[in-house]
Amino acid sequence: MSTVYNQELGTMRFDLQVIASWIEPGARVLDLGCGNGDLLEYLKKHKQVNGTGIEFSEEKVARCIERGLTVLQGDFRKEVCDYPEGRFDVVVLSQTLQQIRDPKELLIDLLWIGKRVIVSFPNFAHWSARLQILCTGMAPITDQLPYEWYNTPNIRVISIKDFKKFLRILGVRTVKEVAINTHHHDYKGNIVKYLRNLRATYGIMMLERMQ
Amino acid sequence: MTSINEVALKPLLVEKRYFTFAQAPDEMVLDCGSRLGPITLAYETLGELNADRTNAILILHAFSGDSHVAGYLHEGDERPGWWDNMVGPGKPIDTNRYFVICSNILGGCAGSTGPSSINPETGKPYGLAFPMVTIKDMVHAQKHLIEHLGITKLMSLIGGSVGGMQVLRWCADYPEMVISAIPLATTTRHSAQAIAFNEVARQAIMADPDWNNGDYYDGQGPTHGLAVARMIGHVTYLSDEAMREKFGRRLHRSALSFDFTGDFQVESYLHHQGQKFVTRFDANALLFITKAADYFDLERGGHNLLINEALAEVSFLVISFTSDWLYPTYQSRGIVSALKKNGSDVSFCEIEAQCGHDAFLIPNKRLDGLISGFLDRVYHEHCL
Repeated sequence: MSTVYNQELGTMRFDLQVIASWIEPGARVLDLGCGNGDLLEYLKKHKQVNGTGIEFSEEKVARCIERGLTVLQGDFRKEVCDYPEGRFDVVVLSQTLQQIRDPKELLIDLLWIGKRVIVSFPNFAHWSARLQILCTGMAPITDQLPYEWYNTPNIRVISIKDFKKFLRILGVRTVKEVAINTHHHDYKGNIVKYLRNLRATYGIMMLERMQ
Repeated sequence: MTSINEVALKPLLVEKRYFTFAQAPDEMVLDCGSRLGPITLAYETLGELNADRTNAILILHAFSGDSHVAGYLHEGDERPGWWDNMVGPGKPIDTNRYFVICSNILGGCAGSTGPSSINPETGKPYGLAFPMVTIKDMVHAQKHLIEHLGITKLMSLIGGSVGGMQVLRWCADYPEMVISAIPLATTTRHSAQAIAFNEVARQAIMADPDWNNGDYYDGQGPTHGLAVARMIGHVTYLSDEAMREKFGRRLHRSALSFDFTGDFQVESYLHHQGQKFVTRFDANALLFITKAADYFDLERGGHNLLINEALAEVSFLVISFTSDWLYPTYQSRGIVSALKKNGSDVSFCEIEAQCGHDAFLIPNKRLDGLISGFLDRVYHEHCL
């Protein structure tokens, strides 16, 4: 469920609330898969951010432009390739990484057009998923991963631990990271400090290229 | 006191005005090297220019359009302007807030200097002696008009098709005068297919004996050739799907005629469009304008003129339509791709529409919302 025409922090998805708090006022932001533009609208109103969104759905793109946001309709995997180096201060990729065919190449492209990249993704190693596999022997279905194996858009199975290993191999620096546990359809949540890979429903990280 | 109802029912009256410049010896130097003068542009305005002169929107018409973009020319006038659903008080391009200008293009035949105008050297219509004007020349002439109106920066430029080419040419040539731009259903350069259809239309005119090498102004002119040219145009403005929906194989008479008078509804539609066109359009103007559209190329010599640092501060809304095969979406995406390289603020939407290239002129709620939302933002960011 997405919210329309609101831009108050508490009514945004919890991972977006965390991401919004990390973005500096006046930053140039690119939001990939921006949906109805809730994050961009919030950042524009409260942080005077110069934002651009990329979204696939014509309906959502139109809604964003009608509310005065800058949004491009298209497949962001292709759209990100036109921008010059360092065009954005921050590129946001929220809850989409698990649906990308070439996550490694994408991350490299994003770190080229953005000085920093914020990624949020569902943690497939959350205890509820582990427990389901162990007890039922079937692919887990949770609030964050509500699909059957045959209709899921999530083609990449990532945990927080996996992603950190991936960053080490890639040579990408983590500027900030947080693990969150969400409830109320992801609109509320709290920060997880201990046993994160077991207890967190999402990981959020801010990345930058090694100097 | 007039009631609200009376105000709403009262037709919006507009006046066609004329601006003449480039008098000898200061003729305008054209792209092709020739000099042209004096030049008259017919134009209409709606709304009020604000005290800071920051709320001006220039609308650029497509190939067969004119300056009469919206409203009525006189009491009892039954035909409103060509974009009356889009422009007017309370409409998406809201003339209660914006000052809207629309001028007939140079080379046209609706009041501006074109091949049917009198050549001051001979005292007769130019005909083929009219110089080959380009989209760049049309825009150059419009710049004179805008300066004449005391405007140094345009809040927005809006146009579809050949009008969209003018929008892009404005951005390429006078970026410092542009705050925002909305190119609709357009391209940076004609495809071979678009040139091909234009050439067939031109040949239809030139093959008509009444064309007489463009020297026909003392007679009826090449009415048949012009009608055929228009029929070809209309085919390119529709789509397979739109034609299937609109006409299918339906007949416009009760049975097949077994002759060549035309049996199908699509035939009678095209005949009607052709006949209607010859009463309002000049055949030579069609030749010149289609040629200008074919010559238009912002990527000549391998450098795209939309890639320009001076455009970094300009906001764009690029729009295409799914069934437009004359200026397909990939051409709009090319515009977007070039502008992104500047760091320009670019929005893009491909509207799902089945009516082909014509879609940009047909009332469409999605298009209304996009244009009004974009203009509202530009107005609040730059004009208050």
